[in-house]
Order: sequence, then structure tokens, then C-alpha cells
Amino acid sequence: MIGFYNLMEGVIAVLLIAGGAFAFIGSLGLTHLRDIYMRLHGPTKTTTLGVGCVLLASMLYFSLVGKGPSLQEMLITIFLFITAPVSAHLLAKSALHQKLPRDPRTRGEIEELAEDEESEANGDRLP
Amino acid sequence: MLDIAFWISLALFTAAMLLCLYRAAIGPGQPDRLLALDTLYVNSIALIVLLGIWLNDKTYFEAALLIAMLGFISTVAVCKYLLRGDIIE
Amino acid sequence: MIPVQPWLPMPLLSILLLAVWLMLQQSMALGQVLLGGFLAIVIPLLTRRFWEHQPTIKRPWLLVRYILRLLGDIIVANLEVSKLILDPRGRMQPAFVEYPLELEELFPITILASTITLTPGTVSANLRQDRRTLLIHVLDTDDIPATIDTIRERYERPLKEIFGC
Repeated sequence: MIGFYNLMEGVIAVLLIAGGAFAFIGSLGLTHLRDIYMRLHGPTKTTTLGVGCVLLASMLYFSLVGKGPSLQEMLITIFLFITAPVSAHLLAKSALHQKLPRDPRTRGEIEELAEDEESEANGDRLP
Repeated sequence: MLDIAFWISLALFTAAMLLCLYRAAIGPGQPDRLLALDTLYVNSIALIVLLGIWLNDKTYFEAALLIAMLGFISTVAVCKYLLRGDIIE
Repeated sequence: MIPVQPWLPMPLLSILLLAVWLMLQQSMALGQVLLGGFLAIVIPLLTRRFWEHQPTIKRPWLLVRYILRLLGDIIVANLEVSKLILDPRGRMQPAFVEYPLELEELFPITILASTITLTPGTVSANLRQDRRTLLIHVLDTDDIPATIDTIRERYERPLKEIFGC
């Protein structure tokens, strides 16, 4: 049985470090990328997975230490994975609404960022 | 082994939160700051869960769950304010 | 599936509420099951007026396969985005893509938009007012039509099959 516990300890350690690394890379993207639309990518994907890793590690840890499996962390993980895209979508919408400038290398012309007055009506409505 | 991994993870999350704070301080626009705050609360959930592991106490999950819910609701509320506030002008 | 009754307008939501309640309480005691069952029946009845029309899930097994594929894709997405962020040269080709939707109901479109945000290098940014076009921001792409094709084949078609529309 000692072998099993050592293995699980290793798995938990790897999950903790991977979670920290993912969260750090996400924040690095938040600081370094050039415009708001690119910055959205880091936090929404990477940070969510990082925190998911830590929650998984905590679930394993308390399942081993405590009595019986511990499933509460699963709730937070699912909640985060459902809500992260929603807040990212709303943030992108408000950035488009304020017509924040984008990186000059971005391709694709869109009416949301066009300068004329007619496109104002588009993109205001929440789905 | 778990100790070392714990401290490395704690250091990485703290550094991530400091980077978010930096972006929230300089961020050119309101959505930038809001994105930084959003990332900040997600990182703080991980920090509290790590504290729970360190102190071997399961009570911290309620705190983490509450932060997750309140953080999401406030992000959505401020986003809606940014969207609607401009319509009124 | 469980048939819809007057006192049980949304069976799936009720099951979900009961499961979440039991997971939160960490117990399967009779009292908790009864209280959870009571809440699972009362909450849908009280909030029924706020829900829009819910499409039915025609093929649950495809949904399970979809979720498993999504989990795999999330990990791949994270490795790709991490690589792009850590790349010291910072050679990215971001683009805005207008994605023409085939789905029509709101709930599947919501799932598709969330999927797009969680998977490789794409964030859904805006749903146009006519619900026909989804605006997507791509972090790094050479070939915009290929990106659209990938999303259509990998995510939208399975969703159409699951909801049978």
C-alpha cells in the first residue's frame, strides 16, 4: 500500500505544479499580449484549467486523507468551466461596444469596429 | 515531495495574482481592468483551496464556492453596466 | 426519459438540482434526500416563467461523447495557447472571423459559443442580432476557411445531431 500512496502523492504534486504553471502563463498572457481581444485568450482558457488542476489535486488529497471520496470540489470546477466562457463573451462584447483599438496585424474587417454611425445598433443586445 | 510542490504552486499563483494586479493598474480600458479583476478572483479561489490543503481543513471550500459565485455575478453585472451605460449616453 | 408532468416541468433540471444538493451536503442520509427532492420540485415550479423554451436532448449518448471530446480538446487548447504566449518572438496572426451559424435554437448556440471559447485559440465575441452570425476572435490562424470548417465539423454538426434540429 505504501507504493500506492507514494504514487498518489506524486500525482497530486504534479497537478499542483501544473495548475500553478498554467495560471502563471495565463496571467503572463494577460500582461504581455498586445490588445484586449488577444488578452482574453490567456485568462479564459489557461487560468481556468490551472484552477481546475488545483481543485482536482485537492479532491484527490481529501479523498485519500479524509473518510470517503470528496466530491465538493467537482462542483466548483464545473461551475468555473461553465461560467468562464460566459464572462469572456461579455467582456469581448463590452470591448467591442467601446470600440477598443485592435492590433494592426489583426485580419478581418467587421462592422462592430467600423467607424460609421449606422453600425451602432449592432451588438448592443445581450443574447 | 508534497511540501515542495505546495510551495512552488503557491509561489506561481502569487506571481500570477501580482501580474493581474499590474494589468488592473495600468490597463488602458475598462474591459482590460475588468478582465484583470476577473482573473484575480479565479486565482484567489486556487489560493484558498491551497490554504485548505495546507491546513488540512475542508471548511475552506465553502469560501471558495462563495468567491466563485460572487465573482462571476459581479463580473457579469459590471459587464452589463458597461454595455448598457453607453447606450443611455 | 422521464415524461414531463404538470408538477415536474423540467425533469433534467430537477435531477441536476438534487445531485448538486447531495454533493454539497456530502451525505446520502434520508433527510438530505427528502429536502433535496423537495427543493428539486419547488425551484423549477417557482422559476418556470423565466425559462425560455427548452429543446429536448434527442440522443444523450452523443452528448457524453461530445463532453469527453471537449475535455480532450481543452487540454490541447491550453498547451497551444501556452506555447503561443511563451513564444519569445511573439509571431501571432490574430483575426476576426464571421461564423455563419446553422443552429437555430438559443440553447445549442449558447453551448456552441462556450465550446468555441474553451477550445484552441478562439473566443466567441458577439452574436449578431439576427442570430445568424457568430463573431469569433482567433489568436493565431493562417487559413480562415479551414478554421470555420473545423468548428463546423467538430462541434456544430454533433450538436445538431444531439438536439435533433
